[in-house]
Amino acid sequence: MSNKIWIYIDHFKGQAHPTAWEVMGAGLGLAEKLGGGVTALVLGQESQSLAALALQYGASEAFYADDATLADYRPEPYAALLASLSKQHTPEVILFPTTTRGRELAAMLAVDVQSGVMPDVTALDVQDGKVVATRPVYAGKLLSKVTCDSLPQIVTTRTRAFAVAQPDPARSGTVSKAEPAMAESAIPSKVVEYAVTSGGVSLSDAAVIVSGGRGVANNPTLTPPAGLDEKAAEIWRAQQGFKLVGDLAQVMGGAMGASRAAVDAGYIPYENQVGQTGKVVSPDLYVAAGISGAIQHLAGMRTSKMIVAINKDPEAPIFKLARFGVVGDLYAILPPLTEALRKKLGK
Amino acid sequence: MKIVVCVKQVPDSAAKVVVEDGKVSWGDAPLVINPWDEFAVEAALLQKEAQDGEVIALSLGGESAKDALKHALAMGCNEAILVSDPTLAAADSQAVAKVLSAAIKKIGDVDAVFFGRQAIDGDMGVTAAQTGRVLGWPVLSLVSVINSLDPSAHTVRVGRATEEGRQVVESSLPAVLSVGKDIAEPRYPSFMGIRKASRAEIPIWSLADLGIPAPAVQVHWPEIFSPPAREVVTELITGGSPEEIAEKLADKILAEKVL
Repeated sequence: MSNKIWIYIDHFKGQAHPTAWEVMGAGLGLAEKLGGGVTALVLGQESQSLAALALQYGASEAFYADDATLADYRPEPYAALLASLSKQHTPEVILFPTTTRGRELAAMLAVDVQSGVMPDVTALDVQDGKVVATRPVYAGKLLSKVTCDSLPQIVTTRTRAFAVAQPDPARSGTVSKAEPAMAESAIPSKVVEYAVTSGGVSLSDAAVIVSGGRGVANNPTLTPPAGLDEKAAEIWRAQQGFKLVGDLAQVMGGAMGASRAAVDAGYIPYENQVGQTGKVVSPDLYVAAGISGAIQHLAGMRTSKMIVAINKDPEAPIFKLARFGVVGDLYAILPPLTEALRKKLGK
Repeated sequence: MKIVVCVKQVPDSAAKVVVEDGKVSWGDAPLVINPWDEFAVEAALLQKEAQDGEVIALSLGGESAKDALKHALAMGCNEAILVSDPTLAAADSQAVAKVLSAAIKKIGDVDAVFFGRQAIDGDMGVTAAQTGRVLGWPVLSLVSVINSLDPSAHTVRVGRATEEGRQVVESSLPAVLSVGKDIAEPRYPSFMGIRKASRAEIPIWSLADLGIPAPAVQVHWPEIFSPPAREVVTELITGGSPEEIAEKLADKILAEKVL
């Protein structure tokens, strides 16, 4: 008899995604209330050793599948295998992380097993033996409680919303191998190329984020190189400003973010955008430099533990959320702030 | 080539959304086409322009959702269809996927279905994957570039973003794609487009027209509420040179032990 609570361990070539052990933490929390232990599911390359590691993190049982058809992540064979395991063992809850893979697998599995999916939840509770999830809607402007009538109740947990489980090498359990549910000839897609982008802390996982807004282009004392037209000169200015933002992020081991205005103006790539149509983040520390705080931006970062704002305009809405604020020019403040933190952090 | 692009009508992203008497209210903020869906429309129109074809905008919603469809028409879609039925008021994501799938089948001979990454009201981000699964078609989510889409060879090749990098995936058609914001900047509707859209007749399909019963609803939203107010006392760091302010701010940040 398998456990009621299953968790999907997201990983890349055997390296658990940082949120994997948060999902374990969420699963162990539910198991306390619903009884039984947690079963971990690991599919793909190097999944056997990761399944064994999942036992140390608190699973009492783990399934792995490392068939050649599962070597590259593809949603169809992964979802089919998860559905077959679920139908065979009938868990009550299956938790995924809200990663690109986790979200689509949860969605597809829900169709296969004819149950409901509750994506991107920030809290989980139990009432009358059923899960009551809390999830932000309207980019966190509101929260909603969500329930699912049918089993399994499929959930994806928001990154950084649940405490990570702690490993203990003394823990043990059973690891079983699962066989694939689709033959290669039946899988409609193939991965023809994979480029790993290296470097930098990803915004969603970052404990510290320093973001820049339109204000980063606002330094009239800088002289752009000759021959740039007006727009190119503006972008050049902004890039000098984002260098200061990046320096501060780096000294704190954080990631660099941006407002939509800065992204739309072409100052910085879209992948850095924080907000309702960018990434919704929840770091321990969020530093907003030259960001006034449009409602779309605030929706994307309002759950940060601590917010620091640096802005020339004392009326900027961002100050209402900030624990500490400096009314001033980011060009004047950021370099000495980076320097002071570098010294104090011993870097 | 025939592409269906699914769009949703949502309150504008600048809306101040609150709960009044247990119901969501966005005041007098306008209802607009979901911003993420504009990227899907753009991606579909680029395919239509690169090779002969048509793009049909499809939405599920109330009568007002015709305005979102008109925006898609004004951008350049050939046709628009609204699926509307009073029994769908409390539909969950899988019910929506089943209804959209039935509409896509009724449209017929569809090579690809495009979605935006998620709707900015419910923030679910599962409809593309679920619709693909209901149709039994391959799902390519968070596509950032379409390298080729060949209806005669029944193949599509895309680049998609994952946490670790970029995957290039080849798949059979028909397929369901969700696109990210880096696919292409959505165009503004042209004056001619707006005029054409304002005159367009948008057919409304009910579940009876689709020949399906109301799908079962398993996910419920028993409560919706405002998040607890953020209680912060803002301390402004003032006085002295920028260096002195920076020094004070650094000490304050370190004292909070968030690093």
